[in-house]
Formats: sequence, structure tokens, C-alpha cells
Amino acid sequence: MSYVVLAYTDLALASLLILISGGLSLGFRLGIERQLVLSAVRMCIQLGAIGFVLKFIFQQSSPFWTLGLALIMILLAGREVFARQTNVLTGFWTYGLGTSTMMFAATSVMLVALAGLIRPDPLYAPRYVLPLLGMLLGNTMNGISLGLDTLTRTAKRERLAIEARIALGQSRADALREPVRDALRTGSMPIVNAMAASGIVSLPGMMTGQILAGVEPVEAVKYQILIMFLIAGATGLGVLMAVLGTAWRLTDERHRLRLDRLRAV
Amino acid sequence: MLTVTDLHVLNLAPVSFELGRGECVVLGGPSGSGKSLLLRAIADLDPAAGKVRLDGIERNAMSGPAWRKKVRYFAAEPGWWTDRVSDHFPKTDALAPLLDALALPADAMNWTLERASTGEKQRLAFIRGVLDDPPVLLLDEPTSSLDDRSARLVEGKIRQHVIERGTCAIIVTHDDAQAERFSHRRLTIENGAVVEARS
Repeated sequence: MSYVVLAYTDLALASLLILISGGLSLGFRLGIERQLVLSAVRMCIQLGAIGFVLKFIFQQSSPFWTLGLALIMILLAGREVFARQTNVLTGFWTYGLGTSTMMFAATSVMLVALAGLIRPDPLYAPRYVLPLLGMLLGNTMNGISLGLDTLTRTAKRERLAIEARIALGQSRADALREPVRDALRTGSMPIVNAMAASGIVSLPGMMTGQILAGVEPVEAVKYQILIMFLIAGATGLGVLMAVLGTAWRLTDERHRLRLDRLRAV
Repeated sequence: MLTVTDLHVLNLAPVSFELGRGECVVLGGPSGSGKSLLLRAIADLDPAAGKVRLDGIERNAMSGPAWRKKVRYFAAEPGWWTDRVSDHFPKTDALAPLLDALALPADAMNWTLERASTGEKQRLAFIRGVLDDPPVLLLDEPTSSLDDRSARLVEGKIRQHVIERGTCAIIVTHDDAQAERFSHRRLTIENGAVVEARS
């Protein structure tokens, strides 16, 4: 494998592009120059920090350090799911449901892939575990956020329709059929679109990265296809569990609609 | 037939009353006093402490859906879960005569809901709720969007259902003349308590 190593002066030169954009903002009085520079600086610090963290963890190659970072990633993704909701369940479920379903879906699919398909040595090699988990979490998080937001919004908006079915003696599964279906569809849409568009409209980032690093394009494509399947599996599983779990919390054992268990944020 | 004992509904003193077979009762009181909440609690649509029995059997002795197949709540604003009218009705021969009796055309089943007026939707929702003959009808302003003629048709159907099939009904209405036609027995919510009166 061969790739061109970047010098820090190369980065400094590229950062001039940010200054050009900032100049345009000043010239046209868009007022985004401050935000632009701040977010560019934030990106440098955040990526720099994670670069050193990953370097450290790769050197240790210890299951505990790997597990520790994986846990932090999962908790941050759980917080992100919460941050993207217009309504959240009350109590433990506010964070608990999104985070636990996401964790289960992403880690179980990752374990299957590591133990059964990729088989790195050792199995917990952080160079494989962490990027894989990151990609699975990012996509599952996206799907679950969209699915849950759709479900709770639809349940609120369609309260009259749902309660009409309940009042006629239908079960909670029947009464919530349409909202649940909408939520599952919305939550799966990003990965379905990503698969359909990849290679035509977009070259997936991971594959591009491998190609830049000198991997044979066909080998990079094989990896990308595997990743897409894993992402689709984890997203499908995570969205299904999170949406059904929330639908179950939105109703009770007497099959009543319980919108009082939702809180607007 | 329907016995309500110490039912706790938000902001109301515990409610107790009894309804006999073939009996209609009118429930009155100012807007926001809790009439709809009381009906919803009886239909077990909201959690409420207290006992509600139908022919001696408590609501918790059966599943929620089984209870609501017998104790049917008709919301003031009916809900619809798809755009097609026919999706909301089972295929049964009982449908055509009911449509006819409430002055709805036979092809109403081919309508989309946007095409139906508020009054037509209210009558369709009434039909939807009585097709499986529930023994208790809880009607929340069943004729609020109807003209006088249609309102009388619906009233007639309610009375017929109650008398011929030996069921019972609680009707929320703000129309005194209609209340008079339905029943001499009235429940009224006054200062947070349900009081009974006969006119």
C-alpha cells in the first residue's frame, strides 16, 4: 500500500480556502464568517484530539480501552437521538429506549461481522472495532432518530384516528398500525437511498478513503458492500426495536393510547 | 345494567350512578366541566380509579378491547384512519338500511373523506359505532353538526337501538329541546359534582 503523506503546510494552504469563503461572507454581508471560522477551528481540535486518542488506543490494543471508547461513542449517539426529537417518552425511557436499542443493534451486528466475516486478529483489534462501530452507530442513530420522531409526531397528530379505532374495540397493534408503518418506512429510508445512490451519485466515504490509501478499487468495493449490508442490518433491527418499543410505551395493558407519557422538548 | 361506582375523573367528585336496560340518560353541564372525560373514563379510554360494571361484570375482568366492544364511546369529533370511507366499515348487510335511515346515499361507501361534509361524517361515525350492536352507547354531542332533520333521524335511531335491543345510552347534549325528547332523567355536572335530576 502506498499513499502520499500530507505535511502540515499542506493543511495550512488548504485552510486558505476557508479564508476565501470568510472573505466572501464579509463582502456580501452574510454574517457567517465568525461561525465559519469557529467551526473550522472546532473541527481541527476535535479531529486532532480523536487522532491522538485513536493512536493511543491502537498502540495499547487492549480490550478495555477499546470497550471504553466504544461505550462513550454509544452514549454520545444516544444523546444525539434524544436531541433530534420533538417529543420524548417520560422517565427512564427518554434516553433508555433509543440508546439501548441502538446499542443492541449496532454491537450485535458488529460482533457477527467481526467473529464471522472479517475475523481480525485479535478479534477486539481497535483498528477494526472502532471504525466499524462508528459507521454502524452513525447510521443506526440516524434511522432511529427519524423513526421515533415520525412515530411520536404521527401519534400526536393522529390522536383522533387512533382513539377512534381503540374506542371501536380494536387492539393497540391495529390502532397504531399506520403510525408504526410510517415510522419504520421513514427510519429505513436513508440507508435504502444510500445503497441505491452509491456508486452512481456518490462514492461512499469509506471506499474513497481506502482507495486514497492505496487499496485496489475492487477490494475497496468489496469492503464497502459488506459495510452497506451490515449498516442495513443494524439500522433495520434498531429502527424496528426502537419504534415497536415506543409504540408499546405509548399504549398500556388496557390498550389505551397514553400520550401523557410523551413530553415535548 | 351499567353501574358506575366511585369513578374518579379529573377534577370531579367521585361519580356513582346506574343505568337500566332500555334507558337513556342525558348528561349536561358547562363546556369544560368534564362531560367528555367522564364518558371516556366509562369506556376505559383514560385510566380512572373506581368501578364500572356491565351486567355485574367489572371492566377489569375483561381486556380493554373486549370492554370497548360492549361500551362504545362516540367522540364529538370522529376520527378516520384512512382517506377512504369504506376502510372504516366491515362488509355487512346491516350497512345499507342504516345509511338509508340516516339519509345518506348508498354510494357513500365509495366516497373519500374529503368529499364528506362534517354532518355526513358525524352520521357515518354513528353508523360505524352501532353496526356491531354494542350494549352501551356513550354519545358525545352526537348531533352537533347536523341540521334539524338529520338530528331527528339520528335521535330516532338511538332511541330505536336502546328500546328494541334493550341497550342503554348516555347522551351529552347542549340542546334542551333534544334533551327533553330523549329522557326525563338528567345527570348534570355542577361545581365539580355529578347531580341527578328529573324534569
